[in-house]
Amino acid sequence: MTAIKSSATPKPRKATAPVWGPVIFLLLPFLAVYVAFFIWPAIQTIVLSLTNSGLTETGAFVGLTNFKTLMADASFWDSLRHTAYFSLLTVIPLTAVGMMLAMLTKAGGRLRQFAQAVFFIPYVLPVSVATLIWQWVLNPSLGVVNAVTGSETAWFSDPALAMPAVAAVTIWWTVGFNMLLFLAGLQNIPQDVYEAASLDGAQGFQVFRYITWPSLWPTTTLVLTLQLVASFKIFSQVYLLTGGGPFDSTRVVLVYMYNTAFTDTNAGYASAIAVAFFIAILLLTLVQNFLLSRTRS
Amino acid sequence: MIAARQSVWMVVLGVITLGLLVALWAAPLLWALITSLKPELQAAAQPIVWLPSPATFDNFTSVLTTGNLPRWYANSVTSSIIITVVTLILSAMAAYAFSQLTFPGRNLLFWFALAGFMLPFEALLVPLYKLMNNLGAINTLAGIILPQLISPIAVFVFRQFFDQIPKEFREAAVVDGATELRIMWSIFVPLSANIIWALGIVTFIGAWNNFLWPFIVTNSPEQMTLPVGLTQVQSAYGLKYAQTMAVAILGGLPVILAYLAFQRRVTEGFLSASGLKG
Repeated sequence: MTAIKSSATPKPRKATAPVWGPVIFLLLPFLAVYVAFFIWPAIQTIVLSLTNSGLTETGAFVGLTNFKTLMADASFWDSLRHTAYFSLLTVIPLTAVGMMLAMLTKAGGRLRQFAQAVFFIPYVLPVSVATLIWQWVLNPSLGVVNAVTGSETAWFSDPALAMPAVAAVTIWWTVGFNMLLFLAGLQNIPQDVYEAASLDGAQGFQVFRYITWPSLWPTTTLVLTLQLVASFKIFSQVYLLTGGGPFDSTRVVLVYMYNTAFTDTNAGYASAIAVAFFIAILLLTLVQNFLLSRTRS
Repeated sequence: MIAARQSVWMVVLGVITLGLLVALWAAPLLWALITSLKPELQAAAQPIVWLPSPATFDNFTSVLTTGNLPRWYANSVTSSIIITVVTLILSAMAAYAFSQLTFPGRNLLFWFALAGFMLPFEALLVPLYKLMNNLGAINTLAGIILPQLISPIAVFVFRQFFDQIPKEFREAAVVDGATELRIMWSIFVPLSANIIWALGIVTFIGAWNNFLWPFIVTNSPEQMTLPVGLTQVQSAYGLKYAQTMAVAILGGLPVILAYLAFQRRVTEGFLSASGLKG
């Protein structure tokens, strides 16, 4: 390396004025696609939310009418409540189960690696594969779960059970990813901390309470944050398993937005829902970060 | 003594719990596999028939030879490969500029590029659909691919990696008169083989599994990708449970095999994409 350097020094050093050619050549492709298919649509979402546009035709400017309607729209508030309910049923269970699976499969060994693979495989499946399988497993008359338990429960068409059933499928489908994050977190805890603790006579739950839990806390906050946003964005599982029913009991915000845009072809109003959805996610993340940073200190 | 006994119980309890959980997680997949190997009459039999007798691959051959499944496979393979390759190239080029070149506004542009990570894609669906409609890209491969080419996280990960490569590597090559693209291609890319693999596999799995956007932008069955097409199976193949499960197994098989073959790289890729590992 030094040889190359010294051979370079005799030449007069060019001033570090930027050479724009390569910069433009390297950045333009990314920025062009990024602006065209990310930034421009983001601006358009706001613009559309101020119009009464349809799905294919552009409508007139209507000011904040869509937002006024939205604030008084019981269906919208219901959909927010359903989304919150789904998040309640998934965020903490997915975090807790992910942590538990990581701790159970942490310590080497072929069997534990096999178990990790079993827990992670559902996560790499397309959502429609996961829902097809669960629709069959939970089929009311022919499904294996009802055959074993001798029940006739219609899991996805009972208003009281539909959302918990969707949440259960979601936990099965996605918990492997959280397990992965916790496994990485566990690896960062130095082994000698455990050894020191066991010399001090700490055992079982005490080790978890005083060593594992506090050391894992940064991972836990990361998982909670990612999971809350992911749960709030619930669409596909609900759409495929229940379609938002029965009696709209599982109609979450994005299903409501989808129906408004693509069934009622009301793009303007759907965009207002999208803007409200974005603001809700932003607020949620801010509040959560505030709460989690307080608990840490 | 007490400590030892307690820890033995802990281990036993842990193993039993783990065994039950593994069974619980594997059971739905196994049941789907068993169902797909049954003749249709056994799949829907009451009382339940536990094992296929005889096991048959008829469901697989019939869904692979009739209907649109082969088309969906082809569409998914094509779009996922293009998305993976183009995403990697775009991200690596941008990351190289952000990492190695100095120009005014560099940091500002970098944060602008990362800001896309904050935007929920779901909030962009309606204008994206209108845009694709105006471009005549509904029900086309281009329509499926175009909005999936941007990965702020890939730019971020590539940049972090390029930043660690000693500056002298590039400086020496510049003195030798190499162009920036050449330097990137023959010095930086070979050094980042690991990160390219990891990001590539994760991008591929993500593109293969993407449901929402292809579902919005396609409505003619011939143009659908596999995950979207699978939602049509009950109308395409009728209410045949054994065939439906054969379709589900075939839909999941490529990603399961990819995961099992590249397990460590998949894990690394997901971790680096979540920002936990550089």
